[in-house]
Amino acid sequence: MSIDSDKRPPRKRPRPPALRKAPTGITGLDEITGGGLPKGRPALVCGGPGSGKTMLAMEFLVRGATQFDEPGVFMAFEEHAEGLAENFASLGYDLNALVKHKRLVVDFVRVEPGELEESGEYDLDGLFIRLEDSIDSIGAKRVVLDTIEVLFSGLENTAILRVELRRLFQWLKDKGVTAVITAEREEDGLTRYGLEEYVADCVILLDNRVERQMATRRLRIVKYRGSAHGTNEYPFLIDEGGMSIMPLTSLGMSYKASTKRISTGVPRLDAMMGGRGFYRGSSMLVSGTAGTGKTSFAAHFAQAAIERGERCLWFAFEESPDQIIRNMRSIGIDLAPAVKGGRLRLEAMPPTAFGLEMHLVAMHKAVNEFGPDSVILDPISNFSSVGSDLEIKTMLMRLVGFLKSRQITSLFTYLVMGGTSEEATTTAVSSLVDTWLLVQDVDSGAERNRVLQLLKSRGMAHSNQTREFVISDRGVELRDVYVGTSGELLTGSALMVQRAREEAQVIVQTQEADSLKRELELMRQAVEAKVLELRATFEIEQAKALRAIAQGAARSTARIGDRSDMSLHRQADAAGTGPTTGPESGGAS
Amino acid sequence: MTAESTGAGSTRAAAPSDEHWVLRLYVAGQSPKSLAAFDNLTALCEDRLQGRHTIEVIDLLKHPRLAKDDQILAIPTVVRKLPPPVRRMIGDLSDTKRVLVGLGLHRLT
Repeated sequence: MSIDSDKRPPRKRPRPPALRKAPTGITGLDEITGGGLPKGRPALVCGGPGSGKTMLAMEFLVRGATQFDEPGVFMAFEEHAEGLAENFASLGYDLNALVKHKRLVVDFVRVEPGELEESGEYDLDGLFIRLEDSIDSIGAKRVVLDTIEVLFSGLENTAILRVELRRLFQWLKDKGVTAVITAEREEDGLTRYGLEEYVADCVILLDNRVERQMATRRLRIVKYRGSAHGTNEYPFLIDEGGMSIMPLTSLGMSYKASTKRISTGVPRLDAMMGGRGFYRGSSMLVSGTAGTGKTSFAAHFAQAAIERGERCLWFAFEESPDQIIRNMRSIGIDLAPAVKGGRLRLEAMPPTAFGLEMHLVAMHKAVNEFGPDSVILDPISNFSSVGSDLEIKTMLMRLVGFLKSRQITSLFTYLVMGGTSEEATTTAVSSLVDTWLLVQDVDSGAERNRVLQLLKSRGMAHSNQTREFVISDRGVELRDVYVGTSGELLTGSALMVQRAREEAQVIVQTQEADSLKRELELMRQAVEAKVLELRATFEIEQAKALRAIAQGAARSTARIGDRSDMSLHRQADAAGTGPTTGPESGGAS
Repeated sequence: MTAESTGAGSTRAAAPSDEHWVLRLYVAGQSPKSLAAFDNLTALCEDRLQGRHTIEVIDLLKHPRLAKDDQILAIPTVVRKLPPPVRRMIGDLSDTKRVLVGLGLHRLT
């Protein structure tokens, strides 16, 4: 792993320029030692039985030989070369091949207690000669003595032994090899035989403690003369890839904050976040009681990442990968192709398998290997069986910091126990995340409905509305907002009742309009009928009148004619009008 | 034997009734401790074995690889190769009693 020196805050003390370092190549160790072990000097690695001393020492040699062109000599006082080769083959190290290619010499120094009879003065020149021969045979730059203390059980004269050890460490320095001396740890002090007196430059302590019935490996740099170094206890892991140390607090908070936004996978939830989802590299918490759909949100999130062509790593702390795939298929999200295609990795991790810190290291390692763009932890609340709230918070803080430094977007689900205050229990965790989505069951009448609230979302204007959502075979869908008369959100049946009521109202209104229209039409028809009637009457009258007029005219003409005849007959005045039939004639007479 | 024998020891013919002893002494150059060990060993063998022995001296400065092959740690080291079982003793062999017991010479008269 490379040393992320550019990501670290500036050091307060400048490093002495003279001190050169030999990179170990061990994940995380170079980070906390600021580049490796002191070059050309011996370093002491002490720890109890099974704490990983031999592992660290051998990995230092193997990586030196394979990565840094520094061949090494492994002087084993406890285990045969064959045994070592077998043990390390399970870690993927082919010691025999390295030996064959002159990159490594493994020399087993057999020391049987009581086997060596002593008589008089002696020195350890035999050991020196052996070591020098081995070093010179391959041009070794690195040496491991594992565990040289065994000599104390094989040799009676400890006065001679101490003088010789002092001479040996000085000789190693003169030889210019970077050496790792392993030593058994003593309960009270550091090492059983006080080897730290001789090796004063760098002392690393390994520890394998059992807490809550779970063993956690930890590493601490007790001393590193002339160099700044991480002083904490760092958890580490030994697996098929060797040793991984989690350089937890070396990360700092200087990570870049992306302004790029990505979808949550639920469009209407994106809409609540200003329409564009949340920030890349941010962290989101989905908390809620059992069965509120937390994992479904996670699945949408994963699906969205996959659809963007990204890689997603899903740590499952509760369900098996198969079960997650099956369950998510039921809501219309098929994760299987992405798993097959290598885009999605479902990593099942039983929380009780090991302690919190080991989980952290394991996750750290998985992230380094898989290189995801987003990470899901489902659910983090399951860690409560292996750690206190504070410990969980510390772990998540480290994890969030690590993920952010890599610009990895993360989603955590958190199961809230029923009956407790949802907001209170997750407060500890929520301060670590940028976006907090709370999903709840609300009891409304004879049913429970799911609602969500966006309690916070850093760096964006976000909706404060409580929204109902449903999970169907089309996944999570947010419903329209219906607010009741007293201002509460209407959900489920209440929502349907409200909808029906509104629909009924519409129908009634339509009916009213229809009837009004009909009335109007009737009125119009009535008016029209009246008009027709009137017109008919009028026409009758008109006809009558016209007829009468016509008759009157005819009569007058006839009378004029008569009168003319009569005047002619009576020689009367032409202008006079004589009586006739009708009123005129009556008045005229 | 790949070792060079400096042949400094007595190589007189062994008594037919007794086993022949082969002792190998590992040294690193001509250090005082190495010289003392050789002298002490020679004297003891002469005294106890009366010539039924061979002492091979191996200088590890000349044959460094043998230190690994023969599991040598301390200098000087004497190894009883024959008769079996193999016994090892370290030091300048100045403590005669311990040497006799350590190499199994005490039972011989």
